[in-house]
Amino acid sequence: MQENIFRINETEYILPGNRSCQGCGLSLAYRFILKALRENTIVAIPPSCLCVLHGLYPVCSVIVPAINITFAGNAASASGIVAALKALNRPDITVLALTGDGGTYDMGIQSLSGAAERNTDFIFACYDNEAYMNTGTQRSGATPMGALTTTTPILTKQEKKKDLIKIMEAHDIPYLATVSPAYPADLYDKFVKAKRIKGTRYIHIDTPCPPGWGYPAKDTVRIGKLAVETGVFPLFEIEDGKFRFTGRSETLAKKGKRQPVVSYVERQSRFKKMSIEQLNRFQHHVDSRWDEFVRRAES
Amino acid sequence: MEKQDTNIAGICSPAIGEAGKTGDWSDLKPVIDHTKCIPSSKNKAACFLCWLYCPDGVVSMSIPVRINLDYCKGCGICAEECPPNAIRMVRKVECDDE
Repeated sequence: MQENIFRINETEYILPGNRSCQGCGLSLAYRFILKALRENTIVAIPPSCLCVLHGLYPVCSVIVPAINITFAGNAASASGIVAALKALNRPDITVLALTGDGGTYDMGIQSLSGAAERNTDFIFACYDNEAYMNTGTQRSGATPMGALTTTTPILTKQEKKKDLIKIMEAHDIPYLATVSPAYPADLYDKFVKAKRIKGTRYIHIDTPCPPGWGYPAKDTVRIGKLAVETGVFPLFEIEDGKFRFTGRSETLAKKGKRQPVVSYVERQSRFKKMSIEQLNRFQHHVDSRWDEFVRRAES
Repeated sequence: MEKQDTNIAGICSPAIGEAGKTGDWSDLKPVIDHTKCIPSSKNKAACFLCWLYCPDGVVSMSIPVRINLDYCKGCGICAEECPPNAIRMVRKVECDDE
C-alpha cells in the first residue's frame, strides 16, 4: 500500500475543526471517498453522524455541495437530484447518497430498493457502524448478534445481522463493493472505479466507531484491519455478477490463515456479555460465509 | 430596511473550525521525533502513514511532517500506526511545556 499513497488526490475536502468524534471511522472513510469522487459531486445525507460532521447552519465543514434530507427518503431524494441533473444536461456530476446503517438497513431500504430497481445513476454508500450511533447506540438491523446496545442492554442482541449485500446483489446492479477505512487505498480505488460506471452502484463501508463499539480511539484502524483479518468483513467487489476478492482478503483467500473471530470480539466492550455459544455461532457464520465467497471467487 | 434573502433554502457556507478549535477536545497531543520519522530523517517523500490514517486530515504531507495542533483531536491513530514509532502521545500540559 505504501507505494500507492502518492497516487491519491492530495486535496482535502473535509475542513479541520469538524464535529466528528476522536478517531472517527466515518471521518476517515469520508475523506477518501471525497478524494476519489473529487469536485463535481453532490452528496445526499439523511440525519446521521454524517449530518453532524457536516455541521450546523450557517457554516459547514465540507466543501462539496450536500443536501440534508429525510431519513427514509435518501435514495428517493438522490434519484430526484439525478433527474434534475439529467434535465440540466450535466452528466459530469456524480451523485452520492451516503447513509448510515439505520438509513439503509431499516428505514431507507424501500427507497433504496426502488432506486436500484430503476437502475438510477448514482452511488449509494452505506457506512455501517452497526447501530444508531448518532442518537446513542440503539440496536439496528445491522447490529451483530451478541452486541450490547442501549436498547438491548441486558441480554445482548439475539438476532443475526441482516445480510444487506445479498439483498442488494439480488437487484442485479452493475457494481457492488465492500470497503474498509483501514485500507484507504483500496477504498479510494473502488470509489474511483464506481465513479466511472453507469447505473446504481452500492458500496458497503465497515465503519469502526470508538464510543459505540467500546474501544480506545487510537485503535480505529487496528479494529478495521482485524475485521478483515478475521473474515468478519471480507473485502470484495461484484462487477456484473462476477465476484472478486480484493486487497488483503485476496491474499487471505489464496494463502495465509484467517485469525479467529475472538481476537476481533475481545477488543470491543460491546461484546463483553457475548456467551460462548453466541461466539461459536458467530465463528460458524463467518466461516460458512467465507467458504461461500471463496467458492464463488474460484468458479 | 433589512435585506431580504430570496433563497428559501438555508444554505451553509464552508468554514474551517465549524466546531471551534477542536484541539481543545483532548488531553493527549502527538509529538513527532524527527530523528525517527522516515520522511524527515531521509529527507524524501516516503511512508506518510500518519497523513493516510488521520481521520481529520490535520497532518500535512510535507518534509518535515507537521501536525496542525489547533485542530488535532488527539485520537492517537498516527502514533499507533507509525512504523518506526516516531510519534508519541503526551499529556497536553507536558506538551505545552516542551
